[in-house]
Amino acid sequence: MRDHRFRTLLAQNAAFVLLWLAMLLALAPVLFIILTMLVKGLPGLSWSFLTSHEAGMLPSIVGTVLLVLLTGLITTPLGVAAAIYLSEYARPGPVSRLIRLAILNLAGVPSVVYGLFGLALFVTWLHMGRSLLAGACTLALLVLPLIISASEEALRQLPRGLREGSLALGATRLQTIRRVVLPNALPGILTGLILALGRAAGETAPILFTAAFFSLTDPFPSKLTDPIMALPYQIYVMATEIPNLPPEQKWAGALVLLVVTLGLNLGAIVIRARLRKKTRW
Amino acid sequence: MSTDIVHSEASISSGNIHLPEGPICLETRHLSMFYSSTQALFDISVSLPANQITALIGPSGCGKSSFLRCFNRMNDLIEDSRVEGQVLLDDVDINTPHTDVVELRRKVGMVFQAPNPFPMSIFDNIAYGPRLQGIRSASRLEEIVESSLRAAALWEEVKAKLHDSALALSGGQQQRMCIARALAVEPEVLLMDEPCSALDPTATFHIEELMLELKKRYTIVIVTHNMYQASRVSSHTGFFMLGELVEFDRTEVIFESPTDRRTDDYIRGRFG
Amino acid sequence: MKLLKAAREAIIERLIQVSGFLAVLFVILILAFLLRDALPVLKTVSLGAMLGGDRWSPSAEPPKLGLLPMLLGSLYVTFGALILAVPLGLACAVFLSEVAPPALREILKPVVELLAAVPSVIFGFLGLLLVGPWLQEVLGLPIGQFAALGSLILAFMALPTIVSVSEDALRAVPQAFRHNSLALGATEWQTIARVTFPAARSGLLAAVLLGMGRAIGETMTVLMVTGNAPVIPRGLEAFVRPVRTMTATIASEMGEVAAGSAHYHALFMIGLLLLLITLAVNLAAAAIVRRTGVVRK
Ligand SMILES: Nc1ncnc2c1ncn2[C@@H]1O[C@H](COP(=O)(O)OP(=O)(O)OP(=O)(O)O)[C@@H](O)[C@H]1O
Ligand SMILES: [Mg+2]
Repeated sequence: MRDHRFRTLLAQNAAFVLLWLAMLLALAPVLFIILTMLVKGLPGLSWSFLTSHEAGMLPSIVGTVLLVLLTGLITTPLGVAAAIYLSEYARPGPVSRLIRLAILNLAGVPSVVYGLFGLALFVTWLHMGRSLLAGACTLALLVLPLIISASEEALRQLPRGLREGSLALGATRLQTIRRVVLPNALPGILTGLILALGRAAGETAPILFTAAFFSLTDPFPSKLTDPIMALPYQIYVMATEIPNLPPEQKWAGALVLLVVTLGLNLGAIVIRARLRKKTRW
Repeated sequence: MSTDIVHSEASISSGNIHLPEGPICLETRHLSMFYSSTQALFDISVSLPANQITALIGPSGCGKSSFLRCFNRMNDLIEDSRVEGQVLLDDVDINTPHTDVVELRRKVGMVFQAPNPFPMSIFDNIAYGPRLQGIRSASRLEEIVESSLRAAALWEEVKAKLHDSALALSGGQQQRMCIARALAVEPEVLLMDEPCSALDPTATFHIEELMLELKKRYTIVIVTHNMYQASRVSSHTGFFMLGELVEFDRTEVIFESPTDRRTDDYIRGRFG
Repeated sequence: MKLLKAAREAIIERLIQVSGFLAVLFVILILAFLLRDALPVLKTVSLGAMLGGDRWSPSAEPPKLGLLPMLLGSLYVTFGALILAVPLGLACAVFLSEVAPPALREILKPVVELLAAVPSVIFGFLGLLLVGPWLQEVLGLPIGQFAALGSLILAFMALPTIVSVSEDALRAVPQAFRHNSLALGATEWQTIARVTFPAARSGLLAAVLLGMGRAIGETMTVLMVTGNAPVIPRGLEAFVRPVRTMTATIASEMGEVAAGSAHYHALFMIGLLLLLITLAVNLAAAAIVRRTGVVRK
């Protein structure tokens, strides 16, 4: 009897040790990635490397910023409107279930398939060519499900009394949405938007055949229909196609991309944490 | 028991209800209400007097809130809810396809059980309704905010911090602010659904004082679980049970010599 | 004036409603456009010849468009990733939901989720420049780009999905189950192993499926680290040889191909297959989640 008791406790301890190890193993790559990138990337990083457009990152930084801004511009109104529909208008039932299913599936479509779709629809069919515009449209689609989900969650977290209070004062549904619902959901929506833009900034496959190019002579776009250089694409090219580039430049480039994407994510996390503390209903 | 119900229904339509003196403000005729398949209100015909406080009492779940929300059609917001019969506001049926619900809700203000200030400044909360109606002038808005807050007996306490967040007020202050917010759109009727249930006795006292003051200008309907409150502030009282309006009369009558045995049982605390 | 306002509101509300259906519209559009550019390849080869064909050499005359190398390549890399990621991910989820003190959990969960924020090209970069060469040396391999390297990195990329969804599933198990088991004298571990974990199993399955969807669709990493040799993988030793996945084929060849050629359409066919596979995986996960009512964020 006592022997049995001893063995079950032993099993528990062994299992818990394994669980701890698993957790540590899962954390390892985060630390590994960040530390390695810092150690290897920092030496090659310099002001001139960031701001020069012959051997530097400036064209890709500019390209990525433009791409991300345009993506946000396209996707935000669509995503927020869709979220408003789902949380404020749609009745629960087969229709809203269908929409949710579509969103879930959209979120699961591989990024390279988005690239193909962007090539077929935006680049070819709509004659945008390989361009900033086509790339932004493709990325806008890719992050749309993220924006919708985040916005809907932000809207749903608002207390019901807020809407009732406004309607009871003689506000229309739309006035209620515009004046009390949206302003109060805004921080949550913003968090989702930043996360989505972080994702857009790091994606390579969707812009591979819709927007990105590599040029030393004419790296800056002058109009929406020009192709652009972009950080993730430049990292890819530096890693795979330019073997005699000094390695510290490759690492420094990758570090820039990592800082941009993780920076956006950390920003969103911080905003969210602030929000949790600040709002009390 | 079931014979009792038949009896009381008959007695209500045959004269248990004393038509209130003065202009009739709110009236229902054969009002029934449904939440999808379950019926919440059964054939209610009653007139609520203008410029008076009418109290609605009854055990939990008997349909008081549902009844109250018929008067500003807040029930519209609930999926699959449905109303039969008529609800009249100054002799006008408010359940027609032509009714402007937004206009209706402006005329019939509502204060909820839990204070629900918008997360904005006190000033913006009160100015919310007037702004919806297109009032932009800063001086006009200031006037409205001040007079509404005065009417809700809150002005002195908050005049120095009008632009602070309304969420920083105490519960009782928040509820009075919600009353002020409702008054700012100049309604004719004020519906109050257990407005004091989240408040301490002092705050409750303030609100009751306020109601007595407000009835000079508004018709007030209040749902309450507090029988003392009903007897203190109201001129008329309706007793609900299981979705029926069992008895409606002057408050003294209801509390001193009710006609229906169920009313008697309830006010003597013989129900659970 | 008032009428005008009402009309304007009606228009805006209609726009909102239309936006609500955008997601459905886009799913349909994606399918339609992929079909449109994929189907013409069937004029050159039959679907059977594609799916069963073991040679991919699109510039040959006539082009050889067998997809077997890529299908199996994706299968190898994905299953390799799942073999690593599923036990690790489930263990982490159990740790976070059942063992870790809440304060620790609040810190660790975002850290794991941070993995999902690292761009795939960075994973590929590290694999290609650092981990691959290192493993090559340690294991004495002929080349530093091989299937198992892809699996290893993909495992960590799929980890956040698996951990996050399984943790939700575990936390959705009613507290009463645990309390009852503990009250019967079970240890915490026995409670986890015999009550909590089994009770959450359908949510856990959904987590694995979603992780799998993530792994199949991943492109840049595998493109950079698996060597891209379009040969049919055979046996266990294929894990230490170069392979090529469906995603990598599209990414590496779409750039050079002439629009309208059989090769172009064949690449779209691969994309279509990829889309159908991920749709099926996601629908299956959604069905499981819906049937058992596990709420997913
Ligand atoms: N949104 C709803 N959907 C379905 N049924 C509802 C809904 N709201 C109320 N009901 C039902 O209608 C009946 C009356 O509810 P109502 O809220 O009007 O009661 P009440 O008298 O206000 O109770 P309380 O004193 O607890 O506030 C109850 O049986 C309740 O379950
Ligand atoms: Mg109620």
